[in-house]
Amino acid sequence: MVERAQPIKPRLGPKRDFAPWADPAASPLVRFERVAKRFGAISAVGRLSLDIFAGEFFALLGPSGCGKTTLLRLLAGFETPDEGRILLEGADLAGMPPYRRPTNMMFQSYALFPHLSVERNIAFGLEQERMPKPQIAARVEEMLALVKLEGFARRKPDRLSGGERQRVALARALAKRPKALLLDEPMAALDKKLRAETQFELIELQAKLGTTFVIVTHDQEEAMILADRMAVMERGRIVQVGTPAEIYEQPSSRYVADFVGDVNLLEGRLTATGASESLVHGNGGVQLRIAQPVDAAPGALVWVALRPEKVRIGLERPTEARENALAGTVVDVGYLGNLSVYKVRLDDGALMTATLSNRTRLVERTIGWNDRVWLSWPPEAAIVLTR
Amino acid sequence: MRKGLSSFNLVSAALGLAFLYLPIAILVIYSFNASRLVTVWGGWSLAWYRELLADGAMLESAWVSVRVALVSATAATILGTLAAVALARGGRFRGRLLFTGLLYAPLVMPEVITGLALLLLFVAIGLDRGFWTITIAHTSVTLCFVAVVVESRLLTFDRSLEEAAMDLGAPPLRSFLLVILPLIWPAIAAGFLLAFTLSLDDLVIASFTTGPGATTLPIRIYSEVRLGVKPEINAICTLMIVLVALGVIAAAVLNRGRASRRAEAVDLTAKL
Ligand SMILES: Nc1ncnc2c1ncn2[C@@H]1O[C@H](COP(=O)(O)OP(=O)(O)OP(=O)(O)O)[C@@H](O)[C@H]1O
Ligand SMILES: [Mg+2]
Repeated sequence: MVERAQPIKPRLGPKRDFAPWADPAASPLVRFERVAKRFGAISAVGRLSLDIFAGEFFALLGPSGCGKTTLLRLLAGFETPDEGRILLEGADLAGMPPYRRPTNMMFQSYALFPHLSVERNIAFGLEQERMPKPQIAARVEEMLALVKLEGFARRKPDRLSGGERQRVALARALAKRPKALLLDEPMAALDKKLRAETQFELIELQAKLGTTFVIVTHDQEEAMILADRMAVMERGRIVQVGTPAEIYEQPSSRYVADFVGDVNLLEGRLTATGASESLVHGNGGVQLRIAQPVDAAPGALVWVALRPEKVRIGLERPTEARENALAGTVVDVGYLGNLSVYKVRLDDGALMTATLSNRTRLVERTIGWNDRVWLSWPPEAAIVLTR
Repeated sequence: MRKGLSSFNLVSAALGLAFLYLPIAILVIYSFNASRLVTVWGGWSLAWYRELLADGAMLESAWVSVRVALVSATAATILGTLAAVALARGGRFRGRLLFTGLLYAPLVMPEVITGLALLLLFVAIGLDRGFWTITIAHTSVTLCFVAVVVESRLLTFDRSLEEAAMDLGAPPLRSFLLVILPLIWPAIAAGFLLAFTLSLDDLVIASFTTGPGATTLPIRIYSEVRLGVKPEINAICTLMIVLVALGVIAAAVLNRGRASRRAEAVDLTAKL
């Protein structure tokens, strides 16, 4: 894996140089060691290892049913692993019931207690610790301010909007100052606009508190926006861990490339690989040049992965000799406001997508349906995948 | 189409209701009869209620019935609630279906059989028949009613509420007391009232399991009526009807209040 010291995502203040995962001396806050969990014949989590560091905003990303919730529930103590260990600050959590673990969970359904007011919901965890009353009151007030719900202390949950409920759930889970906050699809029930706002607030909140957040989501965009690092899961296993930029730019497999963002995959055979460049013989009979060594023997089946926004589309053949170029016919043009999406049927029958951002007001599209076009990209734009 | 009741429907409804409530209405009205003869109307009077207050044996039986009902309903409520919690929250433990079936079977079991079976049991273990055998019998019969009411309430809310309570530091028992109990108490109270009224008016099982010195009100009424109906019986029956009706109405109100509030909440979520 490529070690990149800095996450690309802009961060507030001290988060910028934050990369404990790159430091071999750092010890993780949470460590999963070959953890497996089965439900009858179904293996929900299979011998999975993962380190999460203190202060991280960590996202677990994967399709429905891949074991994300199970992983979170294992950490919270609602499920016990069949194999392996889960360590928190180096100590094995085995046998520690959920009500003793210094983690708190924000449930997908929020699970607010309907018979208690907002403030009593938030105070619930503190009351279990037998915290003195004045201190509880102060903490509740602090939490209400944190999630901007000052006027709502005495409301019952059924008199709140979806977004307000979500914030109460967040405040309740944060009130005990957990070592790690576990969020299971916290924004699944919010509409798109509110979700975008909430994502931003979560980032701010996490930066302010410095608490470790572990969030589960099946929305790749959300994971990329929120997380310092993310893990992509497939059927109970982690297929890649890295910063959003690493995952997007250097996916380790076709599965990851396809799951995180859109990608064009061109199948071919590796013809040569050197220190800084490789050549792939595409199925369409074209030679593709990639500015990257490939860990495979010549003749191996490989896939050239190329993000649609890195493809140039033009009516003329590009003149630059090093440039990869493929000819095809436009079969579909989509206008998305900020972007135009072109679907191009290559001469060998494969379909490729190119997106162009609409920088100027689009009065007349220069490229349209059934136009003969050239798709091209520099060797640095694509990567080669062997899996 | 015409709204409301057609005359045919009106007549059928009236017939049905008359069939159901005419006997009871007659009984209630005649409890205020001034005449000594049950079948002859002699004007309004509270004489039989006064007579009832002076009838020591009848009052004694009423007291037995109330005590049996209170104790058995309390026991049935506790045991029934525990069974309901086990059923609704125990997950898929082995034999769950069997347990469910076993718990609900007494709902449809003929009372004669239940009564006889309990009698045989008490004889076999050599328990002296009396107050406690009736109480035990009533507990065992009404328990499943409580379980049904409480379980249906438990199934309406999210499992993650308990997990949230535990996650916030409350051990299982505290989670139950602080979060689950406050949410299901209307159902528990309704179950209690149901058990109480069922016990109060049971004749069959009580007569199988009764013993000397433990004559419940239904048993006393039944045996006195065989010697001829006294207007005083009408009076005590009227009082019982009032008590039972209050119990049933309270139970219904408790459950309905919850249900409509839930509907409101669902409404609210749907609007968002
Ligand atoms: N209590 C359970 N009993 C049986 N099977 C379960 C249980 N919990 C989860 N599973 C199974 O384990 C697998 C992983 O489930 P999990 O809930 O962790 O998925 P997920 O990644 O959170 O999916 P989603 O995005 O849909 O929430 C699924 O196949 C699921 O059916
Ligand atoms: Mg899930």
